[in-house]
Amino acid sequence: MDRRKFLKLAAISASLAGGVPGFFNREVKAKNYSPPPGALTARRWGMAIDIKKCWEEPECNDCIKACHHIHNVPNIPEKKKEIKWIWKDEFEHVFPDKPNEFNNLVFSHKPFILLCNHCKHPPCVRVCPTQATFKREDGIVMMDYHRCIGCRFCMAACPFGARSFNWVDPRPYIQDPNPEFPTRMKGVVEKCLFCYERLEKGQIPACVEACKRKALIFGDLEDENSEIAQVLKSRFSIRRKPELGTGPSVFYLIG
Amino acid sequence: MLEKALVGSRKYWLWLAFLGTLIFIGFLAFLAQLQYGLGITGMSRDVSWGFYVAQFTFLVGVAASGVMVVLPYYLHNHKVFGPVTIFGEFLAIAAVIMCLLFIIVDIGQTHRLFNVLLHPTPHSMLFYDMIVLNGYLALNVICGWAALHGEYKGTHYPKWVKPFIYLSIPWAFSIHTVTAFLYAGLPGRHFWLTAVMAPRFLASAFCSGPALLLIAILIAQKVSKFRVDPKAIDTLSKIITYALLANIFLFGCELFTAFYSHIPGHMASIVYLFKGLHGHTEWVIFMWTAWLLMAAAALILVIPPLRRNLNTLVLACIMLFIGAWIDKGIGLLTGGFTPTPFETVTPYRPTVPELLISLGIWATGFLIMTVLFKIAIAVKEARAA
Repeated sequence: MDRRKFLKLAAISASLAGGVPGFFNREVKAKNYSPPPGALTARRWGMAIDIKKCWEEPECNDCIKACHHIHNVPNIPEKKKEIKWIWKDEFEHVFPDKPNEFNNLVFSHKPFILLCNHCKHPPCVRVCPTQATFKREDGIVMMDYHRCIGCRFCMAACPFGARSFNWVDPRPYIQDPNPEFPTRMKGVVEKCLFCYERLEKGQIPACVEACKRKALIFGDLEDENSEIAQVLKSRFSIRRKPELGTGPSVFYLIG
Repeated sequence: MLEKALVGSRKYWLWLAFLGTLIFIGFLAFLAQLQYGLGITGMSRDVSWGFYVAQFTFLVGVAASGVMVVLPYYLHNHKVFGPVTIFGEFLAIAAVIMCLLFIIVDIGQTHRLFNVLLHPTPHSMLFYDMIVLNGYLALNVICGWAALHGEYKGTHYPKWVKPFIYLSIPWAFSIHTVTAFLYAGLPGRHFWLTAVMAPRFLASAFCSGPALLLIAILIAQKVSKFRVDPKAIDTLSKIITYALLANIFLFGCELFTAFYSHIPGHMASIVYLFKGLHGHTEWVIFMWTAWLLMAAAALILVIPPLRRNLNTLVLACIMLFIGAWIDKGIGLLTGGFTPTPFETVTPYRPTVPELLISLGIWATGFLIMTVLFKIAIAVKEARAA
């Protein structure tokens, strides 16, 4: 093979390899992230929710209140246009894929805590046309509110209803703003970010900290010695819609 | 050639003034939306796309359907379509511009639109949609204008246009396929998660688009000395018939898969649209109207004497256009978002500003179409004289 032919062939194969369309590749490339000193770090952050402990306090909304206050989540009166990062819904709505007409005692109409699942293969990240939502190396599915164009493709792609859109200017609906965390503007999508800003400072997420029954367990799923990895090994847990292959990182301990 | 658009009858100017008024009202409503936010629409956390995206989807189909007159002429040498191809291309231009406008009014941060170019993201289907739509617009501007200019000068279109014409044929299929892929690749949206989404999109597009074109050509014949060979109308009506039958067939395939498998998630959206779910029946009347109109149109079109009769043909075209528009312009989106990921129903109703903005964009499309058709007809009339 002469030099010319070799170079031609090399160029063609290189462009073919590089040009394999991204959509055939289910794995979304994680973004590099270097945490500051003192930060909590993990290979894949996850959460386990001990649902029976949660039910010990039926009227408690501490986790929701803590999160929504710290993150300036507005309190929109119109329910159809509300914004929520962490909330409660009943079993039938949270696990619509697990109907059981004969189990009407243990789970029916019981509340479950909902938040972004920080999926291993996040469909929201796959569809975002500007990479305004992206996956970090530690598994957190992040949002860049300054880049989001508000096309809401991520909301259509999320099978968990984890995302909210600012249909109007949210600022008038924040009762007690927290100056430490940015507020959002109208026309962008938002959701739970696993308290990336607290992890940076060595703090656990606000909801986990706020739970007086310690029902929320947060940690590194890929660290065998972490509390979350241990508890997931020893107790039965379920995830929302695992059959869709998104790989949720939020687990519900039900056994 | 543009000067041809500046002379016209009183009716022509009244029609343009009417469209201009609608555009102006729509623009005012859009300014209100910019000020207040998309909260001015009926969309919600659960039904996060609505009328705008639905119109966009329907109009991508109309744009793609221009190929149904271009393809027989250039690939099959179907001569009678010669004078008609230009109208297919101009219809495509008007439709693509409407598509782009519907995207612009749908996004929450309008001025950040160009982030899509600034941060190109090949794993997002919207990236490809942007490329194919803008590419299709460019192709039709090039091909349509060059062909018409040739006719204006009394020459053939220049040779360099030919590759663009051939490219525009597969490109037309690509725009509606990629648009279907926006929906068909989303996990957890059962109504959209179907391999026949793209074929169904193409089938509904290839009946509704040519139906609009056929009506537009008949109107053009009424208001000018321009005449097409009746054989062209005949072929076009056959294309419409086959596409409509394919559309009905593919919908039947969807029904079979959903109801014979009896998987709740696959049935739920269809039940919601045609029967109502959890007491919500807001779109039932619309969906039955749509499919009864399409079925009746199919019946008219498959009976040869009725298809050849211009009156019944136009009636069938209007019926199927309305039917396809309801099905894709309303049913597709509301059905896809209902039930929600929580198996609940959040009803969606477009608001008045939302409809005014949409009407303004439709009026813009019709204005572009009118002006372009006017130029084409004037050029053809001048040639004939």
